[in-house]
Amino acid sequence: MIMTMVQAINQALAQEMERDSRYVLFGEDVGRDGGVFRVTDGLVDQFGPERVIDTPLAESAAVGAAIGMAALGLRPIAEIQFMGFIYPAFNQLISHAARMRNRTRGRFTVPLVIRTPYGAGVRALEHHSESTEALFCQIPGLTVVVPSSPYEAKGLLVASLRSDDPVIFLEPARLYRAEKQEVPEALYEVPLRKARVAREGKDVTVIAWGAMIPVAVKAADKAQAEGLGAEIVDLRTLSPMDAETVLASVTKTGRAIVLHEAPRTGGLGAEIAALIGERALLSLSAPVLRVTAPDITVPLPKSEDYYYPNPDRLLRAIHQIMEF
Amino acid sequence: MIERFDPLKGERFQILDESGSVREGLEPAVPDGELRKMYARMALTRAADVKALKLQRQGRLGTYAPSRGHEACQVGAASALRAGDWFFPYFRDLGTYLTLGYPLADYYHYWMGNEAGLRTPDGLNLFPLAIPVASQILHAVGAGMAANIKKLKIAVACSFGDGATSEGDFHEGMNFAGVFKTPNVFICYNNQFAISVPRSRQTAAATIAQKALAYGFRGVQVDGNDVLAMYTATKEAAAAARGGGGPTLIEAYTYRMGDHTTSDDAARYRAEDDLREWERRDPIARFQAYLKKKGLWTEAYEKEVQEESSALVEKAVEDAEARPPASLDDLFTFTYAVMTPNLDAQLAGLKASAKGGSR
Repeated sequence: MIMTMVQAINQALAQEMERDSRYVLFGEDVGRDGGVFRVTDGLVDQFGPERVIDTPLAESAAVGAAIGMAALGLRPIAEIQFMGFIYPAFNQLISHAARMRNRTRGRFTVPLVIRTPYGAGVRALEHHSESTEALFCQIPGLTVVVPSSPYEAKGLLVASLRSDDPVIFLEPARLYRAEKQEVPEALYEVPLRKARVAREGKDVTVIAWGAMIPVAVKAADKAQAEGLGAEIVDLRTLSPMDAETVLASVTKTGRAIVLHEAPRTGGLGAEIAALIGERALLSLSAPVLRVTAPDITVPLPKSEDYYYPNPDRLLRAIHQIMEF
Repeated sequence: MIERFDPLKGERFQILDESGSVREGLEPAVPDGELRKMYARMALTRAADVKALKLQRQGRLGTYAPSRGHEACQVGAASALRAGDWFFPYFRDLGTYLTLGYPLADYYHYWMGNEAGLRTPDGLNLFPLAIPVASQILHAVGAGMAANIKKLKIAVACSFGDGATSEGDFHEGMNFAGVFKTPNVFICYNNQFAISVPRSRQTAAATIAQKALAYGFRGVQVDGNDVLAMYTATKEAAAAARGGGGPTLIEAYTYRMGDHTTSDDAARYRAEDDLREWERRDPIARFQAYLKKKGLWTEAYEKEVQEESSALVEKAVEDAEARPPASLDDLFTFTYAVMTPNLDAQLAGLKASAKGGSR
C-alpha cells in the first residue's frame, strides 16, 4: 500500500501491539487525540485505554514510569510530543534507562522505545524544531534510530520495538507527510545498527540521516547533472553506528561530507570525521567536510531557512571537496 | 487505622511510646515469632551498618551511606510486605535490603565498588537502589501502572528521603500515582536532613504526609522510630494497594543518626543536643523495651541475637572480599543486549593494554 510516514509508523505500532500484548503505548495526547501529528490515530479504539494511555503532562514520568513497567515485563512505548520537550526526561534516560542492564548485570533491562518528532522545516513554534540527536549518542546503552522514508520508518520501528535495549526513535517531522511510498502490509524489520547506501556514486560520499536524506538526494541529482557521482549513506542507526558501511563507501569514493541539521560543534559529524580519519585516512583525496546547522539556537520559522542545510549548501560542499 | 491520623491536624501514628509502652488500644496482633524476627533484623541491620563503617575506615569499602536510626522504618515497612510485592529503594536502605532477603555479602560487594553486588537475585522483587534523588519514585509508579494493567494484586513500595520531596520527580510520581490509582506505598524517611539542609528548607508544608492529600490520596505521618507503627501502617497501605484502594504516602518521622555518608561530617550542621535527644528515641532500644515487657526479650536472647548478627556479618564480609573484581568483559557486555563492533574493538584494546600492549 502507498502511504505516508505517519501511516507507516501507525501501522507498525498497530501490528506489533496486535502481535504482542506486552506493548503499552503512552504519552500526552496519544489516546483520544491520536497524537498531535495523528501518528497514534485509532490505536486507543483498537487496544483500549489500558494499553494506549493518555498520561498527565510530564516527560520525566513518561520515561521513568516506563522503566518500572519494564521491570514487570511490559514493553513500553513512550511518546514525547516534540524533541524539544524531552530534556526533563534526560535524567531518567541517562541515569537509569540506559544503564539498568549494566548496573544490575542483566537482571533488569529496559526494552523501551521513546518516539519523538524532531527537526526543523515544518514552520513550528519555538522549541519544536530541535535536532539534538548527538546528546543521546553520547550515552552508552542507548540506541538512537532515525528513519528517512515511510518504508524505512515501519521496518526500523518494528526492529526498535523488538530490541531489548532502550531506543530513541527520532521521527523527522518534516518527512511525516512529505512523500508517499509503497510499504508492505506484512510486518518486517529493517535491522538496527546497519546503515544503507541510499544512492550509489563514485566521487563523493554524503553521510546523512532522517530529514537530510531528501536534501542529499536533491543535491546529488544536481551533481549528477554536472557529471559528479554522489553516494549517499543513510546512517539509520546513529548509535551504535555502522562504521563499516561508512568506511566502505568512503574507501571507494575517497571523499566524505557529513550532512546534519544539528549544530556543528560536538555533532555526530565530528565523530564520523574522526572515524574516517582514524580508519580510512589513506583513502582520502580531500579532508572530510561537514555541512551542518551553525552553532546557534534554532531560529523561529521566518529565519529557519537560513539554519538547516539545503541542497545548494551541500552542492557547494561537493564542489569544494572535488576541487581540493 | 491510619485514616484516623490526620496529617493536617498534626496527628502522628505511634504505637510504642519512647519508653516502649503500648498506646492504649493500638497494639497490633503480631505473633511472637514475627516480633522477634523483626527485632533480629533490626539488630542485624545495626551490626551490618557498624561493620560497613569500620570497613570504610579501613579502606576495605568505599563511600558509604550509613543507616543508623532507620532500622524501625525500614525493617517495619519491609516486614509488612509479602511475596509478589515489589520494592524500589533509595541508597540508604540496608534494613529494607536485609528484611527482603538480599544477601548482605552482595550489598557489601556493591559498596566495595562492584556492580555485580547490585544484581538482585532472581525471584526477588527488589529494584536496584537509586542514587539520583527521587528518580526511583517514577519507577515504582510505572511498576504500579503495570500491576494495574496486568491485574496483579500486589503492592509496590518505594522509599526516599525528605530531600526527595523537593524534586520534580516526586511531584510527577505522586501525580501519576493519584491519577492512575496505582498500588503504591510511598515511604518517605523524613530523617530531618538532606545532607546538611534541614527539613524546614525542603518544604514550607507542616508535614510531608499532607502532600498526598493534594494528589488525591491518603497520607499519614508515622513515628519512624516505632517499628510496630511502621509495620502496621505499611501493612494497611499495602493491603489497600492490593485491593484496588490506590496509593498511600507514609511519612516516617525519624532521624539520621549517622553522617550523610562517610564523606560527610554532620557536626558541621547538626546540634549535638539534637543527636542526644534522638539517641534517647533509638528505635532498637524502644522495641527492645517493648519485647521485654512482653517477656520476649532477655539478656540471654540478646546475646543470641548479637552473636548471630555478628556471625552473619563476618561471613558476609568474608564472602564479599573473596569475590574477584569484575572482568573487563563484564564492564562491556552489559552495555547492550548484544555487543557492538565498536565495543568489541574497545574491549580488545583495553585487554591488550592490560597485558602491557601499546594500546
